Amino acid sequence: MNSFVEKIKKVDSRDAKLGMAHFYVAFIGLFIGGMAGLLQTLVRSGQFTLPAGIGYYQLLTLHGVVLALVMTTYFIMGFQLVSVSRTAGTLTNKQRNTGWVGFWLMTIGTVMAAVMILLNEASVLYTFYAPLQAHALFYVGLTLVIVGSWVSGSAIIMAYVAWRRKNPGQPSPLLTFMSLVNTLMWIVATIGVATTVLFQLLPWSLGLVERVDVAISRTLFWYFGHPLVYFWLLPAYMAWYVIVPKIIGGKIFSDSLARLSFILFLLFSIPVGFHHQLMEPGIDPAWKFLQVVLTFMVIIPSLMTAFSLFATFETFGRSKGATGLFGWLKKLPWGDARFLIPFIGMLSFIPGGAGGIINASNQMNQVIHNTIWVTGHFHLTVATAVILTFFGISYWLIPHLTGRTLTKAMNKLAILQGVLWAIGMTFMSGAMHFAGLLGAPRRSAYSEYGGAAQAAEWVPYQIAQAVGGSILFIAIILVLYIFINLAFFAPKGEEEFPVGEAANTTEKAPMILENWKLWLGLVVLLIAFAYTIPFIDLIENAPIGSKGYKLW
Amino acid sequence: MHIHKFEKIWLIFGVTTLLVFLSVIGVSAFYLGNQPPSCLATINPEKVDTTAPFDKPGLNKVEGKEWDYELVYVASAFNYTPGEVEVPLGAKVKVLATTKDVVHGFNVAGTNINMMLEPGYISEYVTTFDKAGEYLIVCNEYCGAGHHMMSSMIKVVE
Repeated sequence: MNSFVEKIKKVDSRDAKLGMAHFYVAFIGLFIGGMAGLLQTLVRSGQFTLPAGIGYYQLLTLHGVVLALVMTTYFIMGFQLVSVSRTAGTLTNKQRNTGWVGFWLMTIGTVMAAVMILLNEASVLYTFYAPLQAHALFYVGLTLVIVGSWVSGSAIIMAYVAWRRKNPGQPSPLLTFMSLVNTLMWIVATIGVATTVLFQLLPWSLGLVERVDVAISRTLFWYFGHPLVYFWLLPAYMAWYVIVPKIIGGKIFSDSLARLSFILFLLFSIPVGFHHQLMEPGIDPAWKFLQVVLTFMVIIPSLMTAFSLFATFETFGRSKGATGLFGWLKKLPWGDARFLIPFIGMLSFIPGGAGGIINASNQMNQVIHNTIWVTGHFHLTVATAVILTFFGISYWLIPHLTGRTLTKAMNKLAILQGVLWAIGMTFMSGAMHFAGLLGAPRRSAYSEYGGAAQAAEWVPYQIAQAVGGSILFIAIILVLYIFINLAFFAPKGEEEFPVGEAANTTEKAPMILENWKLWLGLVVLLIAFAYTIPFIDLIENAPIGSKGYKLW
Repeated sequence: MHIHKFEKIWLIFGVTTLLVFLSVIGVSAFYLGNQPPSCLATINPEKVDTTAPFDKPGLNKVEGKEWDYELVYVASAFNYTPGEVEVPLGAKVKVLATTKDVVHGFNVAGTNINMMLEPGYISEYVTTFDKAGEYLIVCNEYCGAGHHMMSSMIKVVE
C-alpha cells in the first residue's frame, strides 16, 4: 500500500481544478465575511454608523452565512476531495463529475441566499430561528447548499468504496478514511436542518401552511448545529494528525488511534444538540443532562488528539538530539508557515476547548448563554484553531494544485499573518469573554440600554473588540494577497502535498474501524436514545404554532 | 491496537477529570435543584394578555408558595412589560416570562437568570435577590431591527 501511495504524489490536474474551484469561492467568502466582521466590531465600538442604509443585522447575517456556512463548507469539500484524490488515487470521471455537480448546486444555492440577504429579505442570522420569516428563496438557497454538499460527499464515498474494492482486507489510506468519516457525519447531521427547512420553513414561507412549530424547528436545527462545529474541526484534525508530522519531518504517532478518535467523533458529535438549548422551555432537564453527559464524551477524542500531536513533536525533537524536559520545542521548524500557522491554531484550541466545557455545563451555561462570551468562544475554536489550520493548509495546497511554489517571501508574509491573527484574536476574543461575563449580549448592535450603568461597563471591551477586529482584517488582507500570489503569480514549480507515515508501519489498523454497518448503526442508536423521547414530548405537548414575522 | 503507557495515564487522568466535572454538575442539578430553566407549561401566544398570570405583568405578592413574589414579564418586539420594577431586598421571587411574537432572550445581565422565551411556552426561574442595586434585563436573542433596544430594569431596594 505504501508503494501505491508513493507513486501518486501529485494530485491529478483535473482533480486539482475541482479543488481550486472550491477554494476560489471559499476565499471570496473570506473577504466578504471578513469585511462584514470588521464593520460589526466598528459599529459595536459606538464610534461608527453604517452607511447607505445597511442594517447591522443584515451585515451580521451575511457574516455568519458567508463564513460559518459557505467559506467553511467550500474549503472542507475542496480539501477532502483533493485529499482523497491524493491518497486513494485520482478520481474517476464519474466521481469527479459528481463533485462538479455538487459544487454547482452549492454555488447556485449560495448566490440565491446571498442575493436575498443583500436585498434585506433574509436578515434572520445564520441560525434563521422561526418565527422570524425570511424570503422563500433564502431557504431554497440553503437547501441547495446542503443538497450540493451531499452530492460532493457522495463522490468521496464512491472513491472510498472503489478503493476498498481494489484493496480487499486493507485499511484505507488515513486521509481518505478521515474524509469519509467527516462526510458521513455531515450527511447524518444535515438531515436535521434539511428536515426543518424543507418540511417546516419552506412551505411556511411560501404560505402553504400558516404556522410553524418553533421548538421542533430549533431542536432540528441544533441536532445539526453542534455536529456542524465538528464538521469544521475534523479537517483541521486531519491536517494535525497526518500532514503536520510530515511537514516537521516526523511520524504519525499512531495510525490506529487517529482512526479511533475519528470514529468517536462520528459517534458522539450528533446526540448532543441540547447543550445549545439548556435555557429553553419545553425540554425536560433530565434529557438536557443526558446530552450534557454525551457532550463530555466527545472531549475524549480531543484529549487523544492533543496527546498524539505533542507526542509526535517530542519524539521528533528527541530524534534530532534534543535533551531536557522541553528541549524538543527548540527543534521544531518555527520558521515554516506550514507548521507555525496550524500550531498557533492548536494552541488556541486549549482555551477554546476549556471554554467549551464551561458552555456545556448546565449551571455555568446559565451565566454565559447568549452573551458575547459565546462569540468569543467560537472565534477561538472555528475562527482561530480551524481557520488558521485551513490557511496553513492553503499555503502548500494552493501552489501544489496550481503547479507553483511558496516562496521565502510569501512564507514570511504568512508567518506575519499568523502572528497578527493571534494578536488580533487575543484582543477581540479576550474582550468578548470578559464582556460576556459581565452580561453583554451577543448578536446586538451598539446600545446604551437607556443609559444603564451596567451597559456602560461593556463599552471599553467593545472598543477592544474593534481594535482586535481591525488587526484581524489586516491579517485577512494578507491571506488574500498570499492566496492570489499562490494561485496566479508565484513561480512555477513543485510544492509537496505532505502526507505523513505512521511511526510503527508494522502495526495494521484493525479492520473493525472500517465496519460502517457497526458504526452507523451505533450512531443511529445513540441519536434515537438521546432524542426520541424528548422529541415525542415536544410533539405531544406542542402549543399552537407561530405565524411568520418580518421584524427588520 | 497499541496504546502507549503515557497515553493511558493521560486518558485516565482526562476521563477522571470529566467524570468529576459531570458529578459536580449532576449533584448540583439533581440534588441541590440547580436545574436550568426548563418549564414545560405552554400558552397560546396570541392570548397572552388575557391568560393568567400574564394578564397582570409586574411584581405580585403570593401566599402559600415556596416563593414570596411572582415577577411576571410579557415580552414582545421590542420591549418588556413591565419596563421597570422594584423588588424588596432578600425577596424570594419566581420570575415568569413569555413572548407574544418571536423568540426573545431574558437575561438579567451579569447574573444566572438567563432564559429563552419561545412563542407558546412559559419560561420560569426561582431566585432570591440578595444584593441591592440596579439590574439591567437585556434581550440576548436576536428578534429584529430593534433587538438591541429591548431592555428592562429591576431595582432591588431595601
